[in-house]
Amino acid sequence: MDEKIVLLGHGSGGGLSHELIEGLFVRYFANPLLLPLEDATVFRFPQGRIAFTTDSYVVKPLFFPGGDIGRLAVCGTVNDLSMRGAQPLYLSAGFIIEEGFPVSDLERIVASMATAAKEAGVSIVCGDTKVVERRAADGLYINTAGVGVVAEGISVSIRNAKPGDAVIVSGTMGDHGVCVLSQRKSLHFRSPLQSDAAPLNGLARAVLEASGEVHAMRDPTRGGLATTLKEIATGSSVGIEVEEEQIPVSDAVRGACEMLGLDHLYLANEGKLVAVVAASDASSVLEAMRQDPHGRDASLIGRITADHPAMVTIRNPFGARRILEMLASDQFPRIC
Amino acid sequence: MLRSDAFRDPVIVEKLKEKIWAASTRSIKIMEFCGTHTHAVHRFGIRGLLPTTIEMFSGPGCPVCVTDTADIDYAVALSRIPDVIVTTFGDLLKVPGSRESLLLSRASGARVEMVYSPLDALKFASDNPSYRVVFLGIGFETTAPAVAASIVEAERSGLGNYSVFSMHKLTPPAMRAILDFHEIALDAILCPGHVSVVTGWKAWRFLPDYHHIAAAVAGFEPVDILRGITEIVRQCEEDKPRIANAYPRSVTREGNGAAQEMMERVFETGHASWRGLGKIPMSGLKIRDGYGLHDATRLFDVEVPESSSPEGCHCGEVIRGVLAPNGCPLFRSVCTPAHPVGPCMVSTEGSCAAYYLYG
Amino acid sequence: MHMCLAVPALITKIDGTMAEATLSGNETSVNVLFTPGVKVGDYVIMHAGYAIGIMSSSEAQETFDLLDEMTGEDAEE
Repeated sequence: MDEKIVLLGHGSGGGLSHELIEGLFVRYFANPLLLPLEDATVFRFPQGRIAFTTDSYVVKPLFFPGGDIGRLAVCGTVNDLSMRGAQPLYLSAGFIIEEGFPVSDLERIVASMATAAKEAGVSIVCGDTKVVERRAADGLYINTAGVGVVAEGISVSIRNAKPGDAVIVSGTMGDHGVCVLSQRKSLHFRSPLQSDAAPLNGLARAVLEASGEVHAMRDPTRGGLATTLKEIATGSSVGIEVEEEQIPVSDAVRGACEMLGLDHLYLANEGKLVAVVAASDASSVLEAMRQDPHGRDASLIGRITADHPAMVTIRNPFGARRILEMLASDQFPRIC
Repeated sequence: MLRSDAFRDPVIVEKLKEKIWAASTRSIKIMEFCGTHTHAVHRFGIRGLLPTTIEMFSGPGCPVCVTDTADIDYAVALSRIPDVIVTTFGDLLKVPGSRESLLLSRASGARVEMVYSPLDALKFASDNPSYRVVFLGIGFETTAPAVAASIVEAERSGLGNYSVFSMHKLTPPAMRAILDFHEIALDAILCPGHVSVVTGWKAWRFLPDYHHIAAAVAGFEPVDILRGITEIVRQCEEDKPRIANAYPRSVTREGNGAAQEMMERVFETGHASWRGLGKIPMSGLKIRDGYGLHDATRLFDVEVPESSSPEGCHCGEVIRGVLAPNGCPLFRSVCTPAHPVGPCMVSTEGSCAAYYLYG
Repeated sequence: MHMCLAVPALITKIDGTMAEATLSGNETSVNVLFTPGVKVGDYVIMHAGYAIGIMSSSEAQETFDLLDEMTGEDAEE
């Protein structure tokens, strides 16, 4: 395509649309299921139950160290499927683009989505593009939906945590949140941090292979680890007790949090997971996670308990135990 | 060595804890004055480390909490003026006014921008010459110098569209008011560390000298707070109240002269209304006539209907330390961070927010 | 944002009343109008974009010595 910027015509379904779709989306997402460009993509599904999820991405800024909105859009949906023990297979991608959006930026984002899809071993098999007039959208919004297959016998749910279970986290907390905030000019701080956005289906599979008693998994995105733990505690009507010192956090995140008055436990992660497994399997799960590039810093952070259901407590290095509550809302909007 | 982690060393914390337990024989009541101290005490679980002889009370040192509803209403009214951009520290956004908060006003189309520094507000003013930019000045002596500097800078660079709505207040008058009310028989006050960086620890001389109560200036890390409490315990056990500087790496006797001069240059003291404490003479900072062109109260003539406090709100008593957050009938049931009734639940330094978040 | 929130940051560069500071690898700008004697290598207390004081490493060291003394086996009582 010749245009340097996206025009209203590119979303109207006519010749310009086809140029955009073929020139950009099909070129990067190339796969036999997408190519026919039918109204709907039809495929056979492997034996098992279907896992289905959707998410919309409105992150600002669109590009940040370690990723961009496209990478988030693919990884986020792949991860949501993986957290239910599903093998992710196919994604859809819907784009709402503001008129005037630079094609070079769109291309960067689409290329990034293709890379992420390849990393995850999934295909983007259908999509949609709409263009709205200037100022009717802020640059670009992406929606992805995804399907995966859940094998028989797998039952991973935030309602399944059992007292005595071990709570494990796959790595450092708060990296994505701090990284995106550092890109917000209004906050005036520059950080060496990169977003941790990554597909976790490989890591999730390693966890499931290391233990037949994986009860819950969740990726701590918006609201951070604290919110995810609270969701598990509430969902399973159990209590959770964690040790602050066992929660991995990088120096840079600690420092940024001090500077901005934030708590890393509430900041978004886009390439981390929390796993709740039977206590007897904790060591083998940890070992398996640490072999995976996305689980090197995996750490056992706490236990599920029958005490104080729906409540999460955290013990600080001085031995004092306090409650970890959910925040009312994110202090900063559009982190993912 | 100056980094915060050194002052979170669990070994030192444990030692200070043992020292406090060994030394404390009499029951004492300590008020930690500053909202950030309240937050830190809860976050680090300090109460759980102390013997039952020591009772801690939260004071009115939370600038957002002590801001009168009438002031919030005025700020909201300003935001409704079409060519006005209101710039504010984040904490003030969700505080309910008589009718709405700044956040609601923004959601309905008003221009309200969150900033981390008055320097950012100045930038809004220079980037938006066709708008009038108002900065909501809240905070005690720690923040007032920075706001004063922004007014001087606006004057210097001819930023006629920048003004400040000063709700700044002074700490010592509030302490005196609390002691005069005598609702709690306080034995000691843990003095605010960063206010003291500006005022110097001499500002608290009146506590032992006039009120015969113990005082220690403390920083905000666990080691700092416990060190301050250790000093206080010692003073109380010996019945020798004095002002101890338990934050010597940051606080000096005289404080920051340049900051004090800047405050003096731009502000004069006047009466101020404090939520929970009422009207306290000579406790607020007003912008001097010489800088009147940057004083929002002189520039904007807005109609603000009668202000009313939220029904059933007990923030006043929480602010004075006479009611613990979980003693308020609205706490957690009606008043939560998602749906706050009063500022004590909204502000990151409010007692209720600290109780809710940290237990 | 905490109204008393002030963090120790290390000054790495000074240019008039503006300076660059770092905190655990994160960089930020800080106005040093109120700390006229500040030098590169000093730790300042940063609040609302301004340095409100210079931290004293000798006092910090003394603090640790004192704490050692206070909480040692032979603490005076």
